[in-house]
Amino acid sequence: MATESHDGAEKGAELVFHPMDQFIVKPLFGDGAVGMFTVTNVTLWMALTIVCIIALLVLGTSGRSVVPSRIQSIAELCYGFIRKMVEDVASKEALPYFPYIMTLFIFIVFSNFLGLLPGAFTTTSHIAVTAVLAMMVFLTVTILGFVKNGMGFLSLFWISAAPLPLRPILALIEIISYFVRPVSHSIRLAGNMMAGHAVIKVFAAFAPMVLISTGIGLVVTPLSILAITAIYALEVLVAFIQAYVFTILTCVYLKDALHPHH
Amino acid sequence: MATETHDTANQAASACVDSYGGAIGMPQLCGEWFGNQIFWLLVALVVIFFILSRVALPRIASILAERQGSITNDLAAAEDLKAKAVEAEEAYNKALADARAEAQNIVAQAKAEIQGDLNDAIAKADAEIAAKSAESEKAIAEIRASALDNVKTVAKDTAKEIVAAMGGKADAKTVTAAINARMKG
Repeated sequence: MATESHDGAEKGAELVFHPMDQFIVKPLFGDGAVGMFTVTNVTLWMALTIVCIIALLVLGTSGRSVVPSRIQSIAELCYGFIRKMVEDVASKEALPYFPYIMTLFIFIVFSNFLGLLPGAFTTTSHIAVTAVLAMMVFLTVTILGFVKNGMGFLSLFWISAAPLPLRPILALIEIISYFVRPVSHSIRLAGNMMAGHAVIKVFAAFAPMVLISTGIGLVVTPLSILAITAIYALEVLVAFIQAYVFTILTCVYLKDALHPHH
Repeated sequence: MATETHDTANQAASACVDSYGGAIGMPQLCGEWFGNQIFWLLVALVVIFFILSRVALPRIASILAERQGSITNDLAAAEDLKAKAVEAEEAYNKALADARAEAQNIVAQAKAEIQGDLNDAIAKADAEIAAKSAESEKAIAEIRASALDNVKTVAKDTAKEIVAAMGGKADAKTVTAAINARMKG
């Protein structure tokens, strides 16, 4: 997130707003176009995510100690947290899908937190990434629903608790909401991650005000630095909460697939 | 990302990046990059999934199971030890009570023995005292008898002498009778 200075001589000492530049995908080596298999900053930050996951869940638990070290207890905490979530929200029959849900959670949570490092690229702020994650969940849940329940899965949309005349209308609403799920699921995560980062960047652009005008700058610069700090704190919270929300919604959808009857 | 220098101002890197390296619109909506992101995402997810399902999750599960097992074992062991402690306390109390009872027995026995010894000693002493006093009485009676005889003899002799001195002839029988009569009186 370092300030991107364009030709200073041409632009002079003005405030430079480029809040969206941090989301640009660019090749890691060279300056060419971004093809499908180009090694880009996306590759770098996803690789770092994997490295962190290995450090926490594999190296951290390599002691296998009964009395855990600090890192091992964090790894156990993650494990217990997601496992309990799957068990509580999606029932015991969902436990075979626990590694899949754990993969989603651990990937999102590490991507979100790595994205908070200054200068980092936030992979989960891209709709392309979150949409794939959400579509994977959607397809898994839909296919699993039909495989496990056959046509009985459609009873998810036919609410037997409602009065008969209302049921077709409710079914329509349910079907629409079912297909909107992956959209909201993905945009919620990407939007949250993008918004906070962009706002921090906007405040960061205001921070050098004191260099331009000492008068206003004495007020604006401390305020914007304070705002960056505050929003950063909020973003730390959001980084975890969005990973949590994505995971718990996955569990809720999985429960629908396993037990479609209301 | 620190500083980006562009030699020619008009050279746009792509449809989503302007000639200064800045974003055009939202980079999130740049279709050019979708393929790249999706490809690397799928690679990352597959890698993470295999790391988790092959290594990390089974390992953590076994650690947790092991801990649960050792906690259960420790609790059972603690229960055992507690039972043993209770048992030991009971044995201790029993030993204490036994010891006390035995001590009381010993005290009673000793008391009885002492009492017996004392009684024996008293009886022996009494008998000795009785024997001694009987002997003494006998001795006193003898002494008295001998004293009486002596007095008689002295009185006879004295009376004979007195009678002889006064010129008479002392008849032994008369004197003795007179003295015996006097002595009785």
